[in-house]
Amino acid sequence: MDDLYREQIIDRYKNPRMRGKLDPHDFSYQDDNPLCGDRIRVDLRLGEDGRVSEAAFSGEGCAISQASADLLTEAVVGKSLDEIKALGKEDVLELLGIELGPVRLKCALLSLKVIKAGVYGVDELEEDLA
Amino acid sequence: MMSAVRSAEDLDVDAIRAQFPILQREIRPGVPLVYLDSAATSQKPQRVIDSLSNFLASHNANIHRGIHVLAEEATQAYEDARGKVARLVGAASASEIVFTRNATEAINLVVASWGRANLGPGDRVLLTEMEHHANLVPWYMLADEIGFALDFVPITDDGRLELEAYRRLLEKEPKVVAFSQMSNVLGTINPAQEMTHQAHGAGALVLIDAAQSVPHMPVDVRALDVDFLAFSGHKMCGPTGIGALYARRDLLEDMPPYMGGGEMIKRVGLGTFVPNDVPHKFEAGTPAIAEAVALGEAVDFLTEIGLDRVYAHDQAMISYALERLEEVPGVHVLGPEASQRGGVAAFTFEGLHPHDVAQILDSQGIAVRAGHHCAMPLHERYQIPATTRASFYLYSKPSEVDALIEGLYKVKEVFG
Repeated sequence: MDDLYREQIIDRYKNPRMRGKLDPHDFSYQDDNPLCGDRIRVDLRLGEDGRVSEAAFSGEGCAISQASADLLTEAVVGKSLDEIKALGKEDVLELLGIELGPVRLKCALLSLKVIKAGVYGVDELEEDLA
Repeated sequence: MMSAVRSAEDLDVDAIRAQFPILQREIRPGVPLVYLDSAATSQKPQRVIDSLSNFLASHNANIHRGIHVLAEEATQAYEDARGKVARLVGAASASEIVFTRNATEAINLVVASWGRANLGPGDRVLLTEMEHHANLVPWYMLADEIGFALDFVPITDDGRLELEAYRRLLEKEPKVVAFSQMSNVLGTINPAQEMTHQAHGAGALVLIDAAQSVPHMPVDVRALDVDFLAFSGHKMCGPTGIGALYARRDLLEDMPPYMGGGEMIKRVGLGTFVPNDVPHKFEAGTPAIAEAVALGEAVDFLTEIGLDRVYAHDQAMISYALERLEEVPGVHVLGPEASQRGGVAAFTFEGLHPHDVAQILDSQGIAVRAGHHCAMPLHERYQIPATTRASFYLYSKPSEVDALIEGLYKVKEVFG
């Protein structure tokens, strides 16, 4: 009925595949969008090859923010940190399969912001240790 | 005040709607607009749109001081509009009306001018938990700077001010009390006259945020005996960019200027200036002239209809809306019963995020607002991040409430 709410988004919102927390994790990061009350935390584990071996998200918010977190968390498994850094707005929209106006774009991109902030944090830590 | 002449006969909503061109449009092919967001901004009747364009087309000039026909016409039209706004709120004189951009700027003007001159460390300012950010943040900013204390009147579970707590907080002798006459989220109409009387008894001045009340009900500054009253033109059928501050003449006289520039001065030397008379002292620079004139037209429009009838219509709309919303399982409306509120209904809907609710409603052409409505402390009070809000005005009709209810069932279907 509404292009914005394709079956996939509703399905991911109602039956998320990646919801949860990882303990221990190699990094965890969270952020919120106080204007809407969307809140997302992402936990990642890295394999020996430096690629993401496991990922999970938790939080609350609108269907777009939660479905995008679920899809993105799934998509980063197997990716290297550099590949994650290269992810952009278009990748998230492609995963969601919809066009979004400026207000809802913030909801969709919160999970990307959280993952990238986390990954940049991890990277800096590694450089510090090197 | 209530007009004694006019009966409480129903508004001819169809005839009113015919005057609002936007209400005739389709949002998408075959999907008519159901506009339930008037608390954010009202739609504009053709005569206000005409007034704006007619001014620009035929009378445009800068006001004051110009010695030519257009300048005189523009000045006359601008000052006539001030007079209309003054009469609308029952001000003793047009000089008690300062044109501002909106209610927010009117409040900022009072805080920056009167507040800075009269508040100091150790003083108290009394606000309420139901305020719009416009009546919170300006006070916070000045409090951060000069260190006065802030108190907040708490609200009850059903969205009314706790008046017993208000009386106790007045005993702390605040220098000024600032509250909204009607909440933009709860719809609550506060007992402004009684609260003002009590505040004066405690020695405080009173600022009323009337952004929601002036467009929707008769407001009389002398009956209220209020010191400052702030409101916006765009919520009362006028254009954006124009609002007004009412302030008692003696207060305005004593207040230092707000912004400096042209028009607000009488004389300028090298390093010195003499401020202009009120209200011009507070209107630095070229104001929103065409918008002020169009606001005057909006005032005429509302006055001809009668704000008592607008209020009665809002009452009928909110009564019906509350009744129908209660039918929908999972809907919880914030705020008091219909008799104590205006035409605003903010609600939560099961576990659904208001963004999702608003988006599905939008797909059916129904415009509502979703979020915290610039009242984060209020939402914190009820421990909810956001609400969906439907709000009504003189052009709203019961069938639009029906469309909203149907829309909510559709939301349920999508997320069911």
